[in-house]
Amino acid sequence: MIYLDYQATTPLAPEAREAMLPWLAGPDSPGFANPHSPHRPGRQAAAAVEIAREQVAALLPAGGRVIFTSGATEALNLAILGSGRRRLAVSAIEHAAVLETARFADPQAAILPVDAAGLVDPAIVLPDGVGLVAVMQVNNEIGTIQPVERLAERARAAGALFLCDAVQGAGKLAPPEAADLIAISAHKLHGPKGIGALWVRDGVDLAPQVHGGGQEGDLRSGTLSPALCAGFGAAAQLAVQRRDDDAANVEALWEAARNALPGFTLNGSSDQRWRGNLNIRREGLDIARLMSDLRDIAFSAGSACASGSGKPSYVLRAIGLSDKEARSSIRLGFGRYSRVHEVTEACARIAAAAEAQ
Amino acid sequence: MTTAPLYLDHAATTPLLAAARAAMLAGFDRWANPSSPHAPGRAARAALEDARARVKAALGWTGEVIFTSGASEALALAITRCIKPLTTVSAVEHDAVRRWAGDARIWQVSEGTGLVGSPWPGPEGLVAVQHANNETGVIQPMERIAAQVREAGGLLLADCAQTAGKIALPEADFIAISAHKFGGPVGVGALLVRDWTLLRPTGGQERGYRPGTENLPGVLAMAAALEAGSDWMDTAVSLRAKLESGILAAGGAVVAVSAPRIPTIGAYRMPGRSAQAQLIRLDGMGIAVSAGSACSSGSLKPSHVLEAMWQEGASEVIRVSIGRETQEADIERFLAAWRDVAGA
Repeated sequence: MIYLDYQATTPLAPEAREAMLPWLAGPDSPGFANPHSPHRPGRQAAAAVEIAREQVAALLPAGGRVIFTSGATEALNLAILGSGRRRLAVSAIEHAAVLETARFADPQAAILPVDAAGLVDPAIVLPDGVGLVAVMQVNNEIGTIQPVERLAERARAAGALFLCDAVQGAGKLAPPEAADLIAISAHKLHGPKGIGALWVRDGVDLAPQVHGGGQEGDLRSGTLSPALCAGFGAAAQLAVQRRDDDAANVEALWEAARNALPGFTLNGSSDQRWRGNLNIRREGLDIARLMSDLRDIAFSAGSACASGSGKPSYVLRAIGLSDKEARSSIRLGFGRYSRVHEVTEACARIAAAAEAQ
Repeated sequence: MTTAPLYLDHAATTPLLAAARAAMLAGFDRWANPSSPHAPGRAARAALEDARARVKAALGWTGEVIFTSGASEALALAITRCIKPLTTVSAVEHDAVRRWAGDARIWQVSEGTGLVGSPWPGPEGLVAVQHANNETGVIQPMERIAAQVREAGGLLLADCAQTAGKIALPEADFIAISAHKFGGPVGVGALLVRDWTLLRPTGGQERGYRPGTENLPGVLAMAAALEAGSDWMDTAVSLRAKLESGILAAGGAVVAVSAPRIPTIGAYRMPGRSAQAQLIRLDGMGIAVSAGSACSSGSLKPSHVLEAMWQEGASEVIRVSIGRETQEADIERFLAAWRDVAGA
């Protein structure tokens, strides 16, 4: 199996797995206590959570705090609904976790268009009275890197909060320094599933969306998992340490994949892009047939969440593709643990299978 | 005297079972996204659905199961997405319910037993009554309550965080469970729903009722923990009987001694010693217990649970909760320490 779906999820780093083990121990070890208990084992668990919080904070700007959540979807819900802002503006290519939540909070939410390269215009005029602007750092389907610093400044000038879904960029790119709220997910950066975080700039007030024991400064109730926090922390630390190596690997993989796939057209910008995301199309390509021909290559035709819906991708439509073009597009994602020879082999087989259709 | 760790705070959380740990580690190796259409994604999806069926079988639940990050989220999901608004909550609910209550009617409980009163308080919206209380162990008469709610045309939400995997679930329209209370991992739980029509969907995963990538390792471990069964409840009954006769003999009091209680949780008063003082002394001896719930510990506010049902010496009450691994020697050691602190 060659895994080319790094945007859907990433392999768990051995280091992250290792970091979780002490907190998954049985009754003979103290590593199971509730981190909110004041007794000794509880305090030890709380200390592990705080170490992890610092490791995760290293992925994010200074001047804010990290709130652990069950993942990016919950973090984005907390940001949007917790802000209490009623007039929203979000890019046309946001993940469903932002788009759907924004529409829930504001059925009239303004949709900020993208150009044919998949980029929001940094000089775009924001609607009057806008309270919260959400633009993602790196798109999950086409990998385009948005001008979030400039957009955040425009949002601030308009008196709005700026929310950045940094799920696909965290640990790879510098964080969006000017954002007020940043959502990230551990399993997209080689950490475990079931944990993410919302970074909240100091001074930004949010209302909790899950009530209860008042954990996380009363912003997010629910017992925290020291294991998941430790795994997330280790993955974050590793991402910081390996940022340059990972980026160099991705650059090599991108070159190899592009060369192995002549006859395919790139969807979205080539320059303003995280190059671990190769979204390409070929006229008349039958994706279902391609997938069934290549069962030992794991790739996708858009976001994992939308797969199976049968609907053409709204992201590809937003960059001006016809339904037909969108339906003949595939997404190949690679990263830290991908090797040039396997990506080259997989791409050559995709090219051959497409040619044979 | 030994100061080796003795953990008697299993209501806060309990160790991960070996079978759950093994299932979780195996789950870490199946890291594909269950929503992905490719072979590893479909294999993850199949494992997720298999775990869902196993959870239902282990719980004897014939309705639907929505996996969540824990009981707090499950309760929030039921309360915010139910087709009826939350109108009635018992006076002894966990904060995960109570803090949603707003101006909902409070179903008062009886002094001394903590059991919700017989008269139906109305109105007929979503009614939240927890199965067993996390501070006292008191089990509510769920069958009677369910009949009252049903007759009034309401819907019943039962917080079963302390009972799932230990005793049979009550009849209810919604049930919230948390894996780490029964030997599964922290960070996963579920909302059991009698029928999809009782909830408004949000879109996304879990049939459109809970968006977010599924925590497959956590779900697999939760299923394994449930399948480990609850044979140890009989042992828990006799261990607690020993504990309580020791405390009574040494001049202590048992909260809600005459009420039906889950055998894993007890609340005990040591006259003349504040709960905080007891905890500090016991912690120094290596013994982990608590005053009320873990989440509210550290705050010096009196417990709302005790306030509702047990006024006398409420500030002198601590919670002792036992788990699958608790031994008779542990109870003896705790009793010796308790007598020492009491000066009895």
